[in-house]
Amino acid sequence: MDATILGFLLLDGLQNGVVYGLLALSLVLVFAVTRVIFVPIGELLMFAPLSLVWLLSGKLPGTLWLALVLGGAWALLARGRGAALPLLGGMGLLLVFFLALRFPPLAYPAVVLLVVYLGVASYRVFFQPMREATVLAFLIMAVGLHVAYQGLGLVFFGPEQFRPEPLLRGDAVVGLSWQGVLVLLFAVGSVLGLYLFFRRSLFGKALLAAAENRLGARLSGIPPQEAGMVAFGIASLLAALSGLLLAPLINAAYFMGFMLGLKGFVAAILGGLASYPVAFLGALAVGFFESFTSFYASAYKEALVFLLLVPALFYQSFRVRAVEE
Amino acid sequence: MRYLWFLLLLLPLGLAPFPFYLTLLNFFALSAMVALSLYVLTGLAGMTSFAQAAFMGMGAYATALLAVKAGLSPWVGLLAGLALSLLLALVLGALTVRLKGHFLPLSTIAWQVALYILAGNLVGLTGGHTGLTDLPPLVLFGLPVDTGFRYALFTLFLLVLLVLALYNLRESRLGRALLAMRGDALAAASFGVDPARLRLMAFLLSGAIAGLAGFLYAHFLRFVNPTPFSLEASIKYLVMAVAGGVGSIPGVMLGAAFFTGLEDWLKDLLPLLLGRQGNYETIGYGLILALILILAPKGLWPMVERYLPSRDPGLPKAEPLPLKSPKGPRGEVVLGVQGLQKSFGGLMAVAGVSFDLRRGEILALIGPNGAGKTTLFNLITGTLVPDGGKVFLFGREVTGLPPHRVHLLGLGRTFQHPHLFPELTVLENAALGTFARTRAGFPQVLLGLHRREEERALATAYGALRRVGLESLALERAERLAVGQQRLLEIARLLASGAEVLLLDEPAAGLRAREKRELAHLLRSLAREGYTILIVDHDMDLIMGLADRVVVMNYGQKIAEGTPREVQRNPLVRAAYLGEEEAA
Repeated sequence: MDATILGFLLLDGLQNGVVYGLLALSLVLVFAVTRVIFVPIGELLMFAPLSLVWLLSGKLPGTLWLALVLGGAWALLARGRGAALPLLGGMGLLLVFFLALRFPPLAYPAVVLLVVYLGVASYRVFFQPMREATVLAFLIMAVGLHVAYQGLGLVFFGPEQFRPEPLLRGDAVVGLSWQGVLVLLFAVGSVLGLYLFFRRSLFGKALLAAAENRLGARLSGIPPQEAGMVAFGIASLLAALSGLLLAPLINAAYFMGFMLGLKGFVAAILGGLASYPVAFLGALAVGFFESFTSFYASAYKEALVFLLLVPALFYQSFRVRAVEE
Repeated sequence: MRYLWFLLLLLPLGLAPFPFYLTLLNFFALSAMVALSLYVLTGLAGMTSFAQAAFMGMGAYATALLAVKAGLSPWVGLLAGLALSLLLALVLGALTVRLKGHFLPLSTIAWQVALYILAGNLVGLTGGHTGLTDLPPLVLFGLPVDTGFRYALFTLFLLVLLVLALYNLRESRLGRALLAMRGDALAAASFGVDPARLRLMAFLLSGAIAGLAGFLYAHFLRFVNPTPFSLEASIKYLVMAVAGGVGSIPGVMLGAAFFTGLEDWLKDLLPLLLGRQGNYETIGYGLILALILILAPKGLWPMVERYLPSRDPGLPKAEPLPLKSPKGPRGEVVLGVQGLQKSFGGLMAVAGVSFDLRRGEILALIGPNGAGKTTLFNLITGTLVPDGGKVFLFGREVTGLPPHRVHLLGLGRTFQHPHLFPELTVLENAALGTFARTRAGFPQVLLGLHRREEERALATAYGALRRVGLESLALERAERLAVGQQRLLEIARLLASGAEVLLLDEPAAGLRAREKRELAHLLRSLAREGYTILIVDHDMDLIMGLADRVVVMNYGQKIAEGTPREVQRNPLVRAAYLGEEEAA
C-alpha cells in the first residue's frame, strides 16, 4: 500500500464515517429521550433520495401515501386539537409535492419534509401508544417497523439501484469529490448545530432534561410525548439530509439503509448508547476500519465491521457491576 | 394434562394423503422449536435474540458440510451443529449477559447479519448462495426418514419431547429463578441466583434448541443455502413467538401454527396483489407485530386461555428440605461491621459505621430519614460496594462480595418496598427462597429428574408460609396480597432460604396495629430459636418493645448504641429526632 492508496482509504473512511456518526448521534438522542432503539432510521435515510428520484422524474413516490396514511392514524390517535398538526402537516406535504412536480428545485425540501413527517408519525402511531413498555418491547417494535418499511421500500421503488445527480460535480482533490466535501461540511455543521441546540436553547436543554429524568421533566412541565416527537424529528431530519447527500456517492436502493443504520448502531454501542462524543468518534473508527477492510477483503467488509462490537461490549461489560435493578 | 401434546402426533396420520400439508406440518414443527427457543430466552429470561436463524444455520451448515464434504453420518453432524451453536451462544452471551438488556439483542442483530454475509460469500466452503445439495436422509434404526410423513412424525415427536422438557424447566427452581431475575435481578440475587450466569445458561439452551431445529431443517430439505437463516427469518420467529404469547408454551405453539399457515398464504397472495415477485410477506410480519405489540402485548394466547378450565396444582405434601436450624452459642458475633463508608458524589451516605450483631438478638437500626440505614443494608448484603471498611459474616470477610455469594453464607434480607413477583403464586414466591438450598441443574431439570427435590422445595416454602400465617393464600397470585401480607411473604421467603441472619428493611411499614403485634410476636419467637435479626424501622413503639439493642444513625454516622432505654435517654438521639425542640 502506498501513500496515495492510504489517502484514498482515509478519505473514503472519513466520508462514510461522518454519516455513521450522524446516525449514531440520532440513535443515542432518540434512545436517551424515548428508550426506543430506532432501527428503521436506515429506511428513512434511503426513502429521501429514492423519493427524490421519483419526484424528479415526475412521479409521486409511494412514501407519500405511506406518510399520509400514518398521518391519518396519528390524527385519529391524537383527536381534538392535537390532530391539527398531523392534518395540516399532511395537507402541506401534499401541496409541496404537487408544486415540486412543476418546480423541480422544490423536490429537495419536499422529500426532507416527507421523511421528517414520516419519522414523527411513526413515533406517534407505533411507539407512543406503547407508553411505558420495556426497552425490549420497543426494540421488537422497532425491528418490526424496519422489516415493514424495507418491504414497503421494495414495493414503492423496486429492487434497482439509483444514482441521483450530485449537487456539486467534479473532484476537490483526487479521491474526494466536491459532493464528498459537502457531506463533510454538512456533518461538521450538524454536530455544531446539535451542540448549540442542546447547550444554548431552552428547548434543547429541556430535551436533555427529559432524557435524564422523564418524571422530573414532566413535573417541570415538559410533556414527554412532545420531547419524543422532537427527538424523532431531529433524527429523521439528519437521516434525510445524510441520505440526500450520500446517495450520489454510493447509490440508493431500498435495502441499503439498514446496513448504514447498523454501522451507526455499532458506533452508538461503542459509546454505550449514552455518550455523544464517543459515539461520533466510534463512527469515524467504524468508517476507517471499513474502508481498510474493504481494501484487504472486500467481500467480507460488511461482516468484519461487526467484529468491532467485540472489544466494545467487552469494555462495557467490565465497567458495570453484575446486578442492576 | 401436558401429555395431551402427544395428540399432535395424530396430525401426520390424518394428513397423510396430502403431501403439501405434510410439508407445512414439518415447517410448523421446526418453526415451533425455534419459537420455543425464544420462549426460554424471552418468555422466561426476559432477553431476546434476533439471531435464532443464525443458530439454525450453525446446525444446518455443520451437518451439511460434514455429510457432503466428509461423508460423515448426520448424527456426527448433529453433535457438531449443537457444539457450534453453543459456541456462538457462549461468545455472544459472555460478552453481553452483564450488560443492560438491549445490548444482547443489538449484538445478535449484528452477528446475524455478519454470519449471513459469510455464508453467502465463503463460496469455497458453503457453496455461496447456491448452497450445498444432496444431503443424505436421516436413518433411524435402519429406517430412512425420507418421506414427508415419516419426517413429520419424527419432528413432531421431538417437538413434544421439547415441550415437556420446557414444562419441566418452568416448574423448577431454575424456571422460578429465571422469572424472578427477569422481574427483579436484585431480589433474585439476594436469594443466591447469579444473574449473569443464569442468563448465559438460558442463552446457551436457547441457542442449542435453535441449532437442533436447523439440523432437522437441513435434513428435511436435504439442501442448505443462506436464505432461511437470514435476519428476516430470525424476525419471523420472533414475530411468531410474540404474536402467540411469548410468556407461555401454548402461546408460542399457537403463534408458530398461525404464522406457518399465514406465511404460506401471504407468499401466494402478495405477489399476486402487487403484480411482482419478492419477499413482500415481511411487510405483513412487521405490521402484524406492530398491531400485536400495541393491542395485545401479551399475545393471543391469554385471550384463548381465559376460556379454558384452569387446573389447581394442589398443595405440596412432601417432606420439607432438612432445615438446618440455627446453631452455635448464643451471643457469639455473627455479623461484624467495621468502619463502613460509602459516598455518592459529594454526599457521605455512610461515614464509618461499626457494630456487632450477636446470635439470637434483635438489633434495631434507627435514625431519621436519609440517615443512611438502607445504604448500610446494601453495603452489608453486597448490593453496593463500600468505599472503605469491612464486613464479616460468621467470622469470614465478605466485603464487596456480590449479593448471591453473601446469601450462600447464611444472610438474607427483605426490601423496603417488597420485591415480590406478582405473576407467580405466593407459594412459588416463597419457594424462590430455596434456590440456594437445591441443586438440580439444567440437564436434570430438562429431563425431569428434579421432581423429588422440587416437591421438597415447595413443601419447605409451604412450611414457611404456615409459619407466617399465609398458608391459606398459597395458591393465589402474589399480586393479590395486601401490603402487610407482602411483607410477611418476604419473611417467609427468607425462612425458606435457611438464612440464619435476617436483615429486615422496614418490615412494619404499612402494617395495621394488629399486624404489627403479630409481626413482633413472630420475630421474637424466631430470635428465641436462634435466628439473628437486624431490623430497620420507623415505628418507635414497635422497636423499643422488640429490640434487645438499638443502633442510632444520623447523617451517615452512628451516634448511639445501647439498650432501648439507654438510647431513649441519650441527648444526641433526642436532638437528632426532636431537633429544634431540644435546642429551644
